[in-house]
Amino acid sequence: MVDAPAVLVIGGGSTGCGIARDLAMRGFDVTLVEKGNLTNGTTGRMHGLLHSGGRYAVSDQASAKECIKENRVLRDIASHCVEMTEGLFIQRPEDSDAYFQEKLQGCRECDIPATVLSAEETKAKEPAVAGDIERSIAVPDGAIDPFRLCVANALSAQRHGARIETHAEVTDVLVEDDTVVGCVVRHDTGPGKRTHRTPGTTEEIRADYVVNATGAWAGQIGDLAGVDIEVRPSKGAMVIMNVRQVDTVINRCRPKGDADIIVPHETTAILGTTDEEVDDPEEYPEEQWEVDLMIEELSELVPILRESRTIRSFWGVRPLYEPPGTGTTDPTDITRDFFLLDHKERDGLAGMTSIVGGKFTTYRMMAERITDHVCEQFGIRADCRTADEPLPGSEDFEVLRDHMEAFGLRSPIGRRSTQRLGSRAEKVLTTDGPNPVLCECEAVTRAEIQDAIDQSGTDLNAVRIRTRASMGNCQGGLCCHRMANELHPEHEEPTVRTALDELYQERWKGQRHALWGEQLSQAMLNHVLHGTTMNRDHDPARQETLDFDAFDTGTDRTRDSNGD
Amino acid sequence: MAISEDVVIVGGGLAGAISALSAAKAGVSVRLISHKESTLRHASGLIDVLGYPTEDDPPVVNPFDALDALPDSHPYSVVGEAEIREGLALFDEITGDLYAGDHTDRNALVPTQQGTVKPTARYPRSMATGIGNDRAMLLVGFESLPDFDAPLAADHLEAVGVPFASRGVTVRFPADLRADAKLTRFATALEREETTTALAETIEHHIDDAERVGFPALLGRDDCGSVRSTLESHLGIPVFELPGGPPSLPGLRLADRLFEALDSAGVHLSTGVPVVGHETEGDRISSVLVDRGSHTPQPYHASEFVLATGGLVGKGIDSDRNGVHEPIFDCHVPHPEDRYEWFLGEAFGDHPFARFGVVPDGKLRPVDTQGNLEYENLRAAGSVLGGANIAAEKSGSGISLATGALAGRLAAEAI
Repeated sequence: MVDAPAVLVIGGGSTGCGIARDLAMRGFDVTLVEKGNLTNGTTGRMHGLLHSGGRYAVSDQASAKECIKENRVLRDIASHCVEMTEGLFIQRPEDSDAYFQEKLQGCRECDIPATVLSAEETKAKEPAVAGDIERSIAVPDGAIDPFRLCVANALSAQRHGARIETHAEVTDVLVEDDTVVGCVVRHDTGPGKRTHRTPGTTEEIRADYVVNATGAWAGQIGDLAGVDIEVRPSKGAMVIMNVRQVDTVINRCRPKGDADIIVPHETTAILGTTDEEVDDPEEYPEEQWEVDLMIEELSELVPILRESRTIRSFWGVRPLYEPPGTGTTDPTDITRDFFLLDHKERDGLAGMTSIVGGKFTTYRMMAERITDHVCEQFGIRADCRTADEPLPGSEDFEVLRDHMEAFGLRSPIGRRSTQRLGSRAEKVLTTDGPNPVLCECEAVTRAEIQDAIDQSGTDLNAVRIRTRASMGNCQGGLCCHRMANELHPEHEEPTVRTALDELYQERWKGQRHALWGEQLSQAMLNHVLHGTTMNRDHDPARQETLDFDAFDTGTDRTRDSNGD
Repeated sequence: MAISEDVVIVGGGLAGAISALSAAKAGVSVRLISHKESTLRHASGLIDVLGYPTEDDPPVVNPFDALDALPDSHPYSVVGEAEIREGLALFDEITGDLYAGDHTDRNALVPTQQGTVKPTARYPRSMATGIGNDRAMLLVGFESLPDFDAPLAADHLEAVGVPFASRGVTVRFPADLRADAKLTRFATALEREETTTALAETIEHHIDDAERVGFPALLGRDDCGSVRSTLESHLGIPVFELPGGPPSLPGLRLADRLFEALDSAGVHLSTGVPVVGHETEGDRISSVLVDRGSHTPQPYHASEFVLATGGLVGKGIDSDRNGVHEPIFDCHVPHPEDRYEWFLGEAFGDHPFARFGVVPDGKLRPVDTQGNLEYENLRAAGSVLGGANIAAEKSGSGISLATGALAGRLAAEAI
């Protein structure tokens, strides 16, 4: 399509990537820009719950209905990103019967399959729950990998002709005659895949339409365009455990509250969360009490958590939004609904729409609505197909499940790789050279790392989110440098070193909130390995010239001896 | 029959072994109790005394000249220079030809698998020809060994500014190993001469003008000397190993050598069993309690005890969300009350947790918050002692040797 309208999507989270995919599939000429990695913002910092809708069945039934609908869609189109764990809303003795009934009733009203389980049935299903619970409601909650989903959307968009540009920060929104006509972006390196240590460039990207899908950062883009978007960012803390203490999603069956959900996720379980309004989506306190609260409160549902090993914590910001004049003070009362802000109707500024609010589970629906809206602007009639066409990796996943051990890998490793890659497994894992495991905690092989490097350049954090390498118990202590080694020789030594330092520091950042017991011991081991053995903390490549001859240079005795 | 010795050492790493040997040398009966595999398998096998007394300065040439820069609470300040030399002398005596570096007080700069160089006081003889500044170096890595990328390490050495040429090559290992075989498999495979010969043939044509060849530290599990000499006689130039790990074969070889020495010194060994507690009589420890799998832990009696259980890595120091403790004798471990003050924001910062450990008096006896002895007959050695950031300073082995030798000797003298 030669004359396809050009649309610029700002934001590489689930919503932005979903919009880029939908627009590209409907024939638009799409460019997506993201200032960091894909999933850099909110998407990469959530607990990975695929909502059944049960959570909103009492408080927000419209959202609940959307959730169950999209839950079913995602199971179809993103099967390699989804694990249908099921979920339980558990009632403790101190939780009210009335609310339990309301929850059950709400689920039924919203078409969410819900079954009441007795205490015994609950414990049979999930042995780790506390001995004194009353009963539970089982719902089709699941776990979803937000990284994998987001990357799959971006890949699909690319396959439909979109340009996906990460590490490209919007520095200005171009406005001419009350119309947005594009943006200026600053590339972290050059356009294309990231290469550390390459000086950046600035690029003006002209577009017929701009979609602001930056979530909690929407206000900042609004400022550049001269319009006021009052997003209310709200932070939530999450704590990652080293193993899956539970295999189903565990929810507390009581009205809204902090620290009431556990999501089993791959090899880990994620505890969530808090809900606190913050001023700035980038700068907010990450506090000890939030971590302690999570462990203490959720131990009431799953007692073993009190003694379990946590490996790190992270915080995300919700892009909450409410229309002006609502006046809600408690962020937990702000709707999780999403809003299209057409800046022409709203502010007299044509050519741009922002999307704010919303939930991860309904990202595709949001993308569909905004793509419909963009189609309207151009009088284009094209049906949305994103609910029907599987994402890359999920095309024929059922067939692949039978071939998980086909790549000469030990079976657990083959299985894990194949689950992550879905139908891309054969393409990625078929390799001529040796394919050793680089990350033992998460069972990631060299072939998978190389595939991720092909997608994302020297950005090892992008490699990490695509593969899960360095996300296990050792938090990269045993594998960060192996991942970095894979960048060579395509990239030069100083570039590799910078990429390694960046990944190691990123891994350190989240571990800081889990530094006691086993994880403190692990941190010291990592410190000793990277500091003492590798001398990376005093890397002499960073220092001025050493006087080598001043040091012991060995002796002739040692030179000629083979003695042992 | 109750087990009873003059001295019981708890912990089987470098500090524990040296304590035991030092005590046994003084002619008393010694038992060493170790639980898990020693953390030497994680360590490079290099014996660092002191590389960086201060955070931002280049490495020191002579560690003994830099001792004054250390704070009073540092274990080196507690024991003094003579004891550091004593510990090293004992080490040299035990390790004999396995190690080099004793001809000088100066540190050597040893090339690592990362391509950095690291200041160290003693190095396995298998690494000796990697030191020295006058010969071009070829580094050899293996396709299926992801820890060591030889061309990258060679480039890193160039960035360090080493005064010799360095070049790296990656080859296929000449034996049929599984794609993700452990390091020890490589090492064992090389103990078959045909594999070593095949390896020499694989790299022969890569030598060019190289005057020495470096491999990751896997040249034989035990018999490192003969693997190297086979390679050297084929290639006609010296061959050396580069430290890395874990698992670290030089570390494992050192552990083996230490246990041989303990054996010949007549030290009684109880391995694979944890010490879970202790019994006291007044101000003294009468026994440590060993969990041997039965219902009640068994007491091991002694007159003197040495705590050499390691630091955070070896679990000689443990912690939970509320605090840091020494689990066997519950000795005082100073630490900030708020656990968010245990660390810094930078990954390689001078973290307070790196200094966690028990506080010794001048005779290495742990003291409580008031400075009073925890027990009259308990001494501590190695990483269980606080006050040093061994990772940043590169001082871990030297502290283990100095405090181990002294603690063992004082324990024996107290009998």
